[in-house]
Amino acid sequence: MSQAVESRTRIKSERYESGVIPYAKMGYWDPDYVIKETDILALFRCTPQPGVDPVEAAAALAGESSTATWTVVWTDLLTACDLYRAKAYRVDPVPSAPDVYFCYIAYDLDLFEEGSLANLTASIIGNIFGFKAVKALRLEDMRLPVALLKTYQGPATGLVVERERMDKFGRPLLGATVKPKLGLSGKNYGRVVFEGLKGGLDFLKDDENINSQPFMRYRERFLYSMEGVNHAASLTGEVKGHYLNATAATMEEMYERAEFARELGSIITMIDLVIGYTAIQSMAVWARKTDMLLHLHRAGNSTYSRQKNHGMNFRVICKWMRMSGVDHIHAGTVVGKLEGDPLMIKGFYNTLLDTKSEISLSEGLFFAQDWASLRKCVPVASGGIHCGQMHQLIDYLGDDVVLQFGGGTIGHPDGIQAGATANRVALECMVLARNEGRDYTNEGPQILRDAAKSCGPLQTALDLWKDITFNYASTDTADFAETATANV
Amino acid sequence: MKLTQGCFSFLPDLTDEQITKQLQYAIDKSWAVSIEFTDDPHPRNSYWEMWGLPLFDIKDPAAVLFEINMARKAKPNFYIKVCGFDNARGTESCVLAFIVQRPSYEPGFRLIRQEANGRKLVYTIEAYASAAKPEGERY
Repeated sequence: MSQAVESRTRIKSERYESGVIPYAKMGYWDPDYVIKETDILALFRCTPQPGVDPVEAAAALAGESSTATWTVVWTDLLTACDLYRAKAYRVDPVPSAPDVYFCYIAYDLDLFEEGSLANLTASIIGNIFGFKAVKALRLEDMRLPVALLKTYQGPATGLVVERERMDKFGRPLLGATVKPKLGLSGKNYGRVVFEGLKGGLDFLKDDENINSQPFMRYRERFLYSMEGVNHAASLTGEVKGHYLNATAATMEEMYERAEFARELGSIITMIDLVIGYTAIQSMAVWARKTDMLLHLHRAGNSTYSRQKNHGMNFRVICKWMRMSGVDHIHAGTVVGKLEGDPLMIKGFYNTLLDTKSEISLSEGLFFAQDWASLRKCVPVASGGIHCGQMHQLIDYLGDDVVLQFGGGTIGHPDGIQAGATANRVALECMVLARNEGRDYTNEGPQILRDAAKSCGPLQTALDLWKDITFNYASTDTADFAETATANV
Repeated sequence: MKLTQGCFSFLPDLTDEQITKQLQYAIDKSWAVSIEFTDDPHPRNSYWEMWGLPLFDIKDPAAVLFEINMARKAKPNFYIKVCGFDNARGTESCVLAFIVQRPSYEPGFRLIRQEANGRKLVYTIEAYASAAKPEGERY
């Protein structure tokens, strides 16, 4: 009796025989893989389930974030399937963390749609973080090839053009967030904007959760804030701005709010990270088209970026947001209340500002990265910083940053203007001293005290916050292995 | 009113010695240094008059200070600023700017509010000194 047709045509190749075979054997592990210039590279910190071989775990990650499913499918053979398979190519134990591994995976360029962060992330972080074979997983870093970056807009305006529009060169920009975050009426809100800007700040800022609530609808806030901006500009002769938060429930509503900000003559608008990748890209396109700066508040990021064993490192968010096209992103202060490892924060800043970065393991940069002329995204330092730390802030963060003193401005005992002036004088005297070649990191406190002799508000601020200190040396001496796995 | 454009306007006016140190900083960074002047200091006046071309490849801050002093002599009632320009890839822009002379009296700016529809205001900023006065007769 002759065989049934199903039996006769059944695939004989061992690789494609139906059933379950290890991912590593399916072609998702290739230790000899030669990385192509156009490949997307990802580094995962992976904690396999007990008993799972780390190489098999890495291959599973490569498989599930590209073409694989749990079992063999013959339809693979209808494709040039080797191309579409991501390749895990290197697995290293994480120093000082037993049973945790750095897994390197390469993806071919054609796995991704051009210019779509939603598409990129659906692959890279889409499925694998819930994968049973791994106990925990963290996306640590990515290398985005020039070929891919050229399909992304990048920052709508960028640091250089922002400085030209603002006419502010050679020093960090200064900002503050209006407080209290919730409850102020439009008129009282605009008062804070006016006082801060007149006192010497470049920007005031809406907070992440100020949208259009019952106590203050957004149009009221926008109108009064712009009165504050323009009035302060006329009293100082400087260009001033206020980040008007356009975050809303729908794209239509966000466009309407951002458009209203533009109509009123605002130079900048703002969105929150929680609006999602596609909405962020849409707003960045809008901002480029309308000559607006686009500020991004990283609201929500710590839900997945803070724990070192699971989630994703903030440096990856920095990369994605620079690609998406925002002009500002909150990226840490080192010395403030939301303290981070100084070297890790440096890595975030370099990711946002460099035209090219080299591998720097101590800063958490696992890949060299050419930014392909994408504009520079301005890091924003916000959260518990005050003027008495100015020498440390300039030392760690450099010139290309927005320093945002919220409480450090509005909490000044002599009022918001006095707080703003104290910050501006502290900033200017420290930049002056640095440029003069002084040892400002050590002489900082004295430089501030000297400047305070001709600036009462600075003296008051220094006296008030003198005990708020930061142990400078302790985090600055971490060795590579510790910093490479530091909780950021 | 004190015009607070530039890097150091919240500090007491810089002495020539302090200016020289800033010039040295720019020279050490290989930035070109330029001198610009105006009596129209509107915050969006992007183009102050240039006191000659930017000084490229300058080695000695004294040479820049000499030009600053020449500009001060020729334009005693003008704002004068010094700019550092970095032509490195990725920047190619001004990276330092500070005022080295201001008129003895600065009356400031008037904010004109034009009432428009729907509670909107159209704002215009105009220097009291430059309103309806030609260049050179303002301060």
